[in-house]
Amino acid sequence: MISATTAHSVVEPSITTRRFAGSLVVLYAVITMIPLVWIVLTAFKSPDDAISYPPKVMFKPSLEGFCNLFTTRSRQTPEFIRSLGPPQGLCDSIARSRNMVVAGPSNYVPRFINSLIIAFGSTVLAVALGTLSAYGFSRFRVPLKDDLLFFILSTRMMPPIAVAIPIYLMYRTIGLSDTRLGMILLYTSVNVSLAVWLLKGFIDEIPREYEEAAMIDGYTRFQAFVKVVLPQATTGIAATAIFCLIFAWNEYAFAVLLTSGNAQTAPPFIPIIIGEGGQDWPAVAAGTTLFLVPIVVFTVLLRKHLLRGITFGAVRK
Amino acid sequence: MAQIKVEALDKSFGAFHAVKSASFTVEDGQFLCLLGPSGCGKTTTLRMIAGLELPTSGTIRLDGEDVTMKRASARDIAFVFQLFALYPHMNVRRNIGFPLKCEGISAAERDRRVVEAARILRISHLLDRSVSGLAGGDRQRVALGRAIVRKPKCFLMDEPLGALDTEMREAMIHELRALHDRLGATTVYVTHDQLEAMAMADRIAVMNNGVVEQVASPRDIYDRPASLFVADFIGSPPMNFLPFRGGLQTGAEAIRLGERDVAIPAACEAMAESDLVLGVRPEHVRFTDRGMVRGEVYGTEYLGTTQIVTVTTHYGALKARSPSSRSFRTGETVGLDFRPDTLSIFDKASGRAIRTALHEGGAHG
Repeated sequence: MISATTAHSVVEPSITTRRFAGSLVVLYAVITMIPLVWIVLTAFKSPDDAISYPPKVMFKPSLEGFCNLFTTRSRQTPEFIRSLGPPQGLCDSIARSRNMVVAGPSNYVPRFINSLIIAFGSTVLAVALGTLSAYGFSRFRVPLKDDLLFFILSTRMMPPIAVAIPIYLMYRTIGLSDTRLGMILLYTSVNVSLAVWLLKGFIDEIPREYEEAAMIDGYTRFQAFVKVVLPQATTGIAATAIFCLIFAWNEYAFAVLLTSGNAQTAPPFIPIIIGEGGQDWPAVAAGTTLFLVPIVVFTVLLRKHLLRGITFGAVRK
Repeated sequence: MAQIKVEALDKSFGAFHAVKSASFTVEDGQFLCLLGPSGCGKTTTLRMIAGLELPTSGTIRLDGEDVTMKRASARDIAFVFQLFALYPHMNVRRNIGFPLKCEGISAAERDRRVVEAARILRISHLLDRSVSGLAGGDRQRVALGRAIVRKPKCFLMDEPLGALDTEMREAMIHELRALHDRLGATTVYVTHDQLEAMAMADRIAVMNNGVVEQVASPRDIYDRPASLFVADFIGSPPMNFLPFRGGLQTGAEAIRLGERDVAIPAACEAMAESDLVLGVRPEHVRFTDRGMVRGEVYGTEYLGTTQIVTVTTHYGALKARSPSSRSFRTGETVGLDFRPDTLSIFDKASGRAIRTALHEGGAHG
């Protein structure tokens, strides 16, 4: 018996190797997690704790950052505040302790909604267009196919800032400047190249026989695509959607240049939350923390697909 | 069910000429095998009949109707793929019912026909299983189910047993033939395996380098090969070839092979002096001390009831099939004789078989 005399399997890594690999992964995870933990902690600090040096690890948690994120406040005299009667909710009482009253909601929620609409809208568009063109590139004899694919990829080679000014001028002329539609179209055009390349890989992996079988069975090519190819490409579509969404959600440079009052997304808004006496760090951190939630939820929902997706082509199903 | 008529079909992929003027007819209810080595154009021919490729030139008629340029979905045919092409996101029942769905058949009728197809293929117990968990043979039965459920004009099969292991393949050969006999469906079946073709086909079309070399019954293909390629490709071990130089006159009943006359089936055409090849099947070689060809035993392969004896001769290594009861020593000198009424003669330059009484005897292809 081979198993009786062999101390360890030749394909399974040994315990030492696994422990070493495990500790490397943990170390890497810790390093990447530190900024995140820092942000989340800062979100719950008071403004004084947030800028104290050396930084406080132990502190009294406060919701002032979240209150400052969602509200605008105005400074009043103590006499005026006393004349107002009891505070309206938690944020009002925090504000009053600093001789201020809540004046109204901040722009965070509208900016957040802009982000949701623009990021998800452009993701849906980019993935839809990407799937169709990837299918075309994968299945048909397209003239100059390789050149076209390279051209599509090349649109990602220069930094966004290089085209920002031309796009700004162009958008101003055609009235897309500072509109959600303009941002959706812009992010779609950036993401569609990624989507085409990723999805072409996935669709290449799906045997043509499936569509051919469906077409012989009486379906048109488009029906075969919808009923047979799409269900099998869900893994790739999910993985591509996550990558597109992450880009559109986090994009900063275009958003700063092309949006302001109307279509501004959260990324350019968050860093400029100003409190009294400069940057309101707890509010910035609170805005960032909440900003992470949708992308984390989306990624966790599609995690199964993502894990299979990024190893696509490696293993035959 | 329908007759399939393929006329002068040509297909080029860029500079590559995949199918060269292929012509054959599959009669209604017939089982035709397209047989040939890989890359010979047999799958391309099948895909053109299916409408998955469009021919460069030529015509394809289904029951007399010209379908050459029609879409696959408009031809009313069924195709069985080598890799089954079962949809992994559907269970067995939905896979089999998929072709019916687009014809707008009611759910009740659809289910009745799916159950019926499953019963014929003996996979009723698998209907609600996922296709990914099925064994190879069952997957192929599901693929067949998807083909028969629609009652199409004809079945086209592209090496449907190629992905199965040997044992399963043997069983499926008999099942497929039984299924064909039961449904009486016109079938075109592509394979590179001559045993499959011999066991199943009513007629075999042997292809090589894009050319249809011969279309005939399995018996005629084996006994009366139309070309050197067919003679060499069919049969295991293949036919022995003895090259010689000579001419033939109509009615000649012997050829001059070296110092001796060898009796052959009477020639039906004349042939000027040229390089010819005498073809002998291993089972038509007899061992006799007065044999016209002498040689030394090189080795034997024991096959159970028979054995294959390789003999080194002046004409190269010849293989003979002999009862395994007889024993041979390596190096032993033996004489070989050929059964005259079975010999084939080929023109070496063109590879074409010269017509003899052998072909008159029963050839109808």
